Amino acid sequence: MGDIFTTIYNFLSGLLVGWGASPIVADAIIAFLAAAVLATCVLLILIFNIWLERKVLGRIQDRIGPNRVGPYGIFQTVADLLKLLTKEIIIPSGADLVPFFLAPIIMVASVILVWAVIPFTAKTIGTDVNIGVLYLAAVGSLGIMAVLLAGWSSNNKYALLGAFRAVAMLVSYEVPMILMLMMPVLITGSMRMGEIAAAQPIWYAFSMPLAAVIFLIAMTAEVGRSPFDLLEAESEIVAGYQTEYSGFAFAMFYAAEWAHAFTMAALIATLFLGGWRGPGAEQYPTLGFIYFIIKTYAVYFLSIWSRGTLPRIRIDQVMSFCWKFLIPLSLILIVLTTLADKIAQTVLMERFPDYMSTASLVDMLPRASILLAVNLVVGALAVWWIALLGRRERQRQEVAISHLAPVEVGTATK
Amino acid sequence: MFEQYYPIAVLVLLATVLSIIVVFLSRIMGPRRPTPKKSAPYESGMSPIGPAVRRLPIKFYLVAVLFILFDIEVIFLLPYATLVRELGVYGLIATGIFVFILTIGLVYEWKKGALDWE
Repeated sequence: MGDIFTTIYNFLSGLLVGWGASPIVADAIIAFLAAAVLATCVLLILIFNIWLERKVLGRIQDRIGPNRVGPYGIFQTVADLLKLLTKEIIIPSGADLVPFFLAPIIMVASVILVWAVIPFTAKTIGTDVNIGVLYLAAVGSLGIMAVLLAGWSSNNKYALLGAFRAVAMLVSYEVPMILMLMMPVLITGSMRMGEIAAAQPIWYAFSMPLAAVIFLIAMTAEVGRSPFDLLEAESEIVAGYQTEYSGFAFAMFYAAEWAHAFTMAALIATLFLGGWRGPGAEQYPTLGFIYFIIKTYAVYFLSIWSRGTLPRIRIDQVMSFCWKFLIPLSLILIVLTTLADKIAQTVLMERFPDYMSTASLVDMLPRASILLAVNLVVGALAVWWIALLGRRERQRQEVAISHLAPVEVGTATK
Repeated sequence: MFEQYYPIAVLVLLATVLSIIVVFLSRIMGPRRPTPKKSAPYESGMSPIGPAVRRLPIKFYLVAVLFILFDIEVIFLLPYATLVRELGVYGLIATGIFVFILTIGLVYEWKKGALDWE
């Protein structure tokens, strides 16, 4: 049984060559079609994702969620989109028109572009560029540009202030995110996304749990989900950088945000949960695609869950947490991992000649256990340190209020 | 080289064209009746006071400078991460010095209070 994508490719390629196209032209046409299908699918799957998210959020908050349009309300998103499409796009006076309309376009494009390097199965990937991870970092930063453009061109104080705050947070969390992108690269020895996914008979989330957790936190901030939803802290800055957007221009920001969250889930699934890997995925690549989708939705569910349960944290806490905790922690983790890996490689190379190999689970065990040990030690120290800081802060506050006389119960009103 | 980046170029084109079509579609389908009050910038129901683009706190620029420093560091580290095996101990020491210098910078900023968000 072959791979479903390869089958389609062979069919189309045969068809086009049969019609008299040269193989190069046929390849180009198929690549164009594939890109079109990919871009459309990323946007179409949103209709399901937004419904899913609203339904799950509803259940978390003890509501039913959308239930009117279609069975179980599944067409609610379609209705919303149609409504937004027929609404007026209000252009604020004094707005800079070109960046004003460029911002939502860049926002949507930057999210779709990420999908070009995500491996769906063992053989199917948009394009396996040799700088895959660097490409992710570059394309991911485009969204930040869109936020700044939107805030700057709206001619609105809330939008500008919101954009500056959002950009400050997004660029800060970019640093730990890219640092943790480095961990799979370091272990795999390649920036190709296909190779990173293939080199995980033991998922990196198991051999490097701390790296996976830091990456999850940084990505949650990049997407702007609670507890990091300062991008649109409605109680402080109305709607942040998208205050002046209405109609479908707003819908595009909305769609980009949701698509970004789903893309984040797919990235974590690829980099730390083994992507398409699973029992039988190498023989039957179509099975790999199913594993990939399941893992992506598992991570996506986690992000909905955090959105439904965690409160928003203050901007100074967000920034301190990044610069004073996540970045030093990531740096320490990377340095220690590199050192431990290097030392273990020289010491254990004689006993385990397959130390660097990622071919099978048994080959990877010695290396994975060393990585796991480093991660657990660093993680335990970090938790101990942050608990110590919390205890000190609490004691400081207790000293600050200790001069106030305690009030006995029942006597306060006399 | 070309085959690798052709799909990305196609995707850039498609994503842009798709977005532009959607914006145009909504311009055609949606009404357009601007009034001075409607198109005034939103300021919680008040008439806007002064220009919107004004001076902003220096802390935002500080974060931007810090980010540039660290982002360059991280982007330089990425190629090293792919070549750890080939570069051996020499590369390890060289990168160690590189990271060490930047860590001194981070500690200095921390002690100076540049990382405190007022």
